[in-house]
Order: sequence, then C-alpha cells, then structure tokens
Amino acid sequence: MNKNIKHLLLAALASLSLSAHATVNVLACEPEWEALTNELGGDKVKVSSATNALQDPHRVEARPSLIARTRNANLLVCTGLELEVGWLPVLIQQSGNSKIAPGQPGHFEAGALVPRLDVPSKVDRSEGDVHAAGNPHIQQNPHNIALVSVGLAKRLAEIDPANVAYYQARQKDFAARWDAAMQKWEKQAAPLKGVAVVEHHKNMEYLMNWLGMHQVGTLEPKPGVEPSAAHLSELLNQLQRTPAKMVIRAAYQDGRASQWLSEHAKIPAVVLPFSVGGDDKSKDLFGLFDATVQHLMDANK
Amino acid sequence: MLKNTVVAAAMGAALAAPMAHAADKKEQKELAEIRAEIRQMKEAYEARLQALEQKLQAAQADTAAAKAQVAALAAAPAAPAAPAADAAPAVAAAEPAAAPTNTGSANTPSNIFNPNISMILGGTLQNLKQDPNQYRLQGFVPPGGEVGPGKRGFNLGESELTMAANIDPQFSGQLTFSLTGDDTVSVEEAFVQTRELSNGMNLKFGRFLSSIGYLNSQHAHTWDFVDAPLAYQAFLGGQYKPDGVQAKWLAPIDQFLELGMEAGSGSTFPGNDRNKNGAGSVAVFAHLGDDIGDAASYRAGVSYLHTGAEQRSFQDNGLDNAFSGKSNTWIADAIYKWAPNGNPTNTNFKLQGEYFHRKESGTLDTALATPDAASGIYRSAQSGWYLQSVYQFMPTWRTGVRYDRLSSGTTEIGVAANLPILDAYNPSRTSFMVDYSPSEFSRLRLQLARDKSRPGVSDNQIFLQYIMSLGTHAAHSF
Repeated sequence: MNKNIKHLLLAALASLSLSAHATVNVLACEPEWEALTNELGGDKVKVSSATNALQDPHRVEARPSLIARTRNANLLVCTGLELEVGWLPVLIQQSGNSKIAPGQPGHFEAGALVPRLDVPSKVDRSEGDVHAAGNPHIQQNPHNIALVSVGLAKRLAEIDPANVAYYQARQKDFAARWDAAMQKWEKQAAPLKGVAVVEHHKNMEYLMNWLGMHQVGTLEPKPGVEPSAAHLSELLNQLQRTPAKMVIRAAYQDGRASQWLSEHAKIPAVVLPFSVGGDDKSKDLFGLFDATVQHLMDANK
Repeated sequence: MLKNTVVAAAMGAALAAPMAHAADKKEQKELAEIRAEIRQMKEAYEARLQALEQKLQAAQADTAAAKAQVAALAAAPAAPAAPAADAAPAVAAAEPAAAPTNTGSANTPSNIFNPNISMILGGTLQNLKQDPNQYRLQGFVPPGGEVGPGKRGFNLGESELTMAANIDPQFSGQLTFSLTGDDTVSVEEAFVQTRELSNGMNLKFGRFLSSIGYLNSQHAHTWDFVDAPLAYQAFLGGQYKPDGVQAKWLAPIDQFLELGMEAGSGSTFPGNDRNKNGAGSVAVFAHLGDDIGDAASYRAGVSYLHTGAEQRSFQDNGLDNAFSGKSNTWIADAIYKWAPNGNPTNTNFKLQGEYFHRKESGTLDTALATPDAASGIYRSAQSGWYLQSVYQFMPTWRTGVRYDRLSSGTTEIGVAANLPILDAYNPSRTSFMVDYSPSEFSRLRLQLARDKSRPGVSDNQIFLQYIMSLGTHAAHSF
C-alpha cells in the first residue's frame, strides 16, 4: 500500500516535471490531426490522438484515459463541426483544464478553416445525423489539409511563441512537399473524374468533390442510420438504372452491407483508410492519400 | 460622417479638459458623459474593424479553397458535366457556412443566448405478478423515495427537461426538471459549475447527482435497465442527490485519478432534514481509470458517505418508528468496457458492479404516539451488491443480465418491539433485458425480472419501456 502511494507520488512528480519541459502537449481528436501536428511541430510537440482510424469519430466513449489526457493538454486539435459533440464536451468539462475550452487558444477547430459541403438548409433529426455546420469529414480533401496546416502552424506559434520560426519553417517545408504530392495524386487520379460510386455513410463527400467523382447512393438510408435490408434492395434496383463503379466505405465501417451490395451489383467493394493508420500504407498523411488514390484506381480498372 | 462626429467630440473633450478644474460639478458630470461616449464609439469602431478583418480572412480562405478546387478541376482532363455541377454548389455552400459567424449586431436574433434545451420522454408498460403495493425490501428500513417496480399497467415515466448554458466566463449552469406521471414536478438537478479553474479542479454547487459510486452520477434515462439496482434502492433511496457543493481534482498523471469531496444538506435518505446549520452530509470519493490496449478501458473507485438522521421515520405493521443517529456508507464500484479496436458501433461489451456497506448506529423510537412507545439503541451493519453485463451483439441491438443481492446483516435493536420488516432476510433479483436503439436518440426495451425481495414470494416482472431524447445532442459520460 505504502509502496503504491510512493509510486503514485513519483508518477505525479514525473509528470509535473514533464509539463514544465518546453514541449507542447497536444491531444488530437482524430489521427489525421495527430499526423499533421507531428508534421508541423516536429520534436517541439508531444501528440496523441483520442481516436484511431478504426474507430468511428462520431461514437467514442469519453473514456477515463481521455479525460486524463485532456487535463494535461496544452492544445486540442479537433475537426469541430459537431463531429465530436457526443464526447468532447465531457472531456473538456471534466478535465478541469481551462486552457483548452472552446474559444481559448488551446482549442483548435480545423473545420472552421475550410469551405464546407452539405450545409443543411433545414436541421431536423428526422433526416438522421445531420450536422448543422456542414459535413465534418473534411480531411478527405488534401486541399483542406493544406488550409488547416496554415492555421495550425499559426496556432502552435501562438501557444509556444519561443519556437515561431521553427513552426513557420516546418509549415513551409510541409506545404512544398504537400503541393508536389497533391499534383502527383491529381495526375494519378485523373481517370476517376466522373466516376459514380455508392458510399456507406456520407463521409466521402470531400474526397469525391476533390477528384470529381459523384455519389449515386448511400448504404445508410439516412446519415447515422444502420443499413437495412429494405433499403439495400431498393438501392440495388436503383443501381440498375444509374449504375455505380464501386461501393466505398471507411476502414472503421462494418463491411457486411458493402459486401452484400458488391456481390449483388457486381461492383468492387473498396475500403479506404479514411485516416492515418486506416491501413498498413497509411502511416502518415502522404501515405493516407497514396493509399486512397491507389485503392480507388485499382477498383476503377 | 460618423468619423467627423468622433473627431468633433474628441476635440470638444480636449478643449473641455483644462477648464474642468474651474468648472462646477455639473460640468464635470457632462465631461464624464462625453468621455464615456467617446470610449463607446471607439469600442464600436474597434469591434467593426475586427469583424471586417475576420470577414476578410474568411473571404481569403474561401478564395484559396475555391482556387484549389478550380485547380483540381483544371488538372483533370475533359470532365463530364455531372461532377462539375456537383462541385459548383460545394463552393457556394462554403459561404452560407461562413456567414453565421460574421453576422453583424444589426440582425442578430434575440434568442441566441437562450440555454440549450434537451428533453427526455419515457414510459413503461409493466406486468407484475405480485401486488406492487405490498413491495418491500425485507430486512431493510424503508428508504422512502423510488423503491420497488412501480405501478402495474401503463405508466408515464419521468419526463426530463434540461436547460443548460454558460453563465459567464467563470460559470456554467444547468437545470433539470423531472415531471412524473402523477403530475408532480421536481428539481432533479440545478447546479452551477466552474469553467475557468485550472490544474484539474472543478467545483459544482446547487443540487446535483452525487459522484459517489458509478451509477449514481448517471441520469436514469442512460441506465441499462428499467430500474435502479436493489442496492441503490435500499441504501440511497434510488439515487443520491445532495443540495450542496462538490469539489473534484484530477491528478496530473497519465492515468485517470480523480479525488472528490462533497458537502451537502444531508436532508435526503439515508439522512433526513435535521434543522441544522452547516453540512449534514459529507462524501469523499476516489476514482481510478485507464485503457487496457486499444479495445478496453476501466474505471474503479471507492466512495464514503457520512450523514445522520434525526427522527427518520418509517412505518411498519401500521406503527410509526423513527431512527436517530449516524449513517455511514462505503461503496466500491468498477466498470469495464470492451469493443473491437475500441469501436463500439457494431459490437461492444460492458461489465459493471458495485458493492455497498452501510453502518448505522443511534436510537430507535418505536410505536410512536401509542401507549407502547419505547426507545432503545439501534445498530446495523448491512450490505448489498449487483453485477451486470450488457452486450451489443449487432448494431442497434443489445442484451444484458443483472444480478442483485442484499444482505440484511446484523441489526441490534435494544428495545422489545414488533418490527417484522427488519427480520433478517437476503433479498435478491435477477433481471434480463434486450433493447433496440434505431438511433442514438431512441431506445425501446424489454426487461424480464424475478424479484425475491421478501420471503416466500417471487415476483415475475415484465417491463416494456421507451426512452426518447429530443433537442440538443447530449454528450455522454463514460
């Protein structure tokens, strides 16, 4: 018992001394922002992500470990746009950390920096999980990542003014590499223009918008409502009239509905990594889009 | 035009300044007014400038994005008409999205500061084999409050109405009414909590669900079963909701370690209203939690509630009796949650249990207001626990089992009295449930239970329940 208390005290002291150290302690809500913060912050930041690519960012439990990480964070980097509405408010409230409350410099929302799709003219739950501020799955368009990187580098500099030049330099370097990569992806993905797809949830809009693809149906009858047999067979009928080239879903989504449609409509089912860590290749943001474009091109053959 | 006025006012103020010494009080007052006016104008201009700057920034961001999208479109060869048409509304959509943040004060709706409102509607259809009016937890002092399975047939459950908003930078507040089926309104919670404290501190005051145990701090509509565990019914009269203050502190370590203390009026069971200054109840608790890999997480804790009672009365055999003395309760709680890769959407599992131990000591006055009235010492040590698990076996469907057990333990009564309700017995109950949640906001549940809370009688209970939540999306705690 006494030994345990000693350990606990030591751990507390250790973490106190850690927070006194200069690194900025960042909690990202999603893995793409963890990756971006690492690109920009290098060794001046210590980042972890509240979710991984195999978890649905809408539905995450406000786990005790997340409360502890929120308490110790200097900066939250989240999508916003109500994506984290089911769990982030609990983390912020229970953390007793005023630095990361909404409106504070320690609270960064990527969604505010990009042009948004699917902003509903009417908000009603009979339409399913609608997000009043627009579709929150913004990371699927690399141009959005570029926009966010500018804002995030500024915010890091605000939180940690001693390293302004460092963050600026890293942002510049990242932007150059990112621009080159975007040109490469856009060239590779040129044949995807005009391709019609079916998606599981309305979470691929930014990707399709970027590559000029379009959606002819969703496996979910309404956003956030589980695919039903009735809806799937209706969708299958509809595909006879307006065919789709493939059915796509994110790595965190259940594959059964997608497989069913794939077999019956004879179109490939594509699993996209959706975020960093969503498959073996998506080890960072570059890998994420390499893999995404690759999967789509393979299915489009 | 306005600018000229500002300059004129400023010059006026500047000219007025040297003469102010000689001027009488009236003039000084006028001067102060002019100064205030200038300050107001200055502030207004600053605000406008800021708004303009923000608009400019937003516009720049939009242009950059639009450029990017145009570039993307241009990069790809010979686009069919359809996707291009798709892209056009997309860019347009960005503008209405940005607009609300930039609306000037002129057309701001007057209700934007209204609190967030959320509502819970609930109800049950119950089939109870035994008469619920005869319900008792044998061996335990009746706590009053929410005990037993409720009424037979159709019941409107508690409808909850919650309003919550930030008060100012320092505080936020919440009020939850509970409207019961028999047309009574009660204040479920009404509290203010701090927003600006740091170093892991949180303060709450008003009436709130106490953080002792695990289930106590959760609203009934988030429970996994229709009714509270028997231990909650016997030891806390359902749920413990003190009127008082709560301080919580989160340790600055990588694990979740929360220490907390509450001081309250102690006017609810197991305490009662004692017409006393200061705190009538004190609770302390500690919770520890962490992840176990990506898939699982846990939280465990201990809590201690110290309160007292003065003539806390209960009826037995048609006679009134009353207890006066101390009441101390220990609670140990633990919860473990698992989901494949930590993604609970398709399947997830939860195991939860709590153990209660209560000691009461003092005097018991029996057969009040009758010729047989007597008084003697009363000492009891009683315990109870429950263990439950819930498994979501496919999206939207969950099933669960719960086992409840109470032990009336040792009760020492220093007075010869006829108190059949305190005869030793160990009540138990087994419950099974299956529920269906088409969305996060609706839930339908079937619960079957066999309740053996008194000797020789086994109550088979069937519940059909609906729980619906409306309004603001509530964030759920672990």
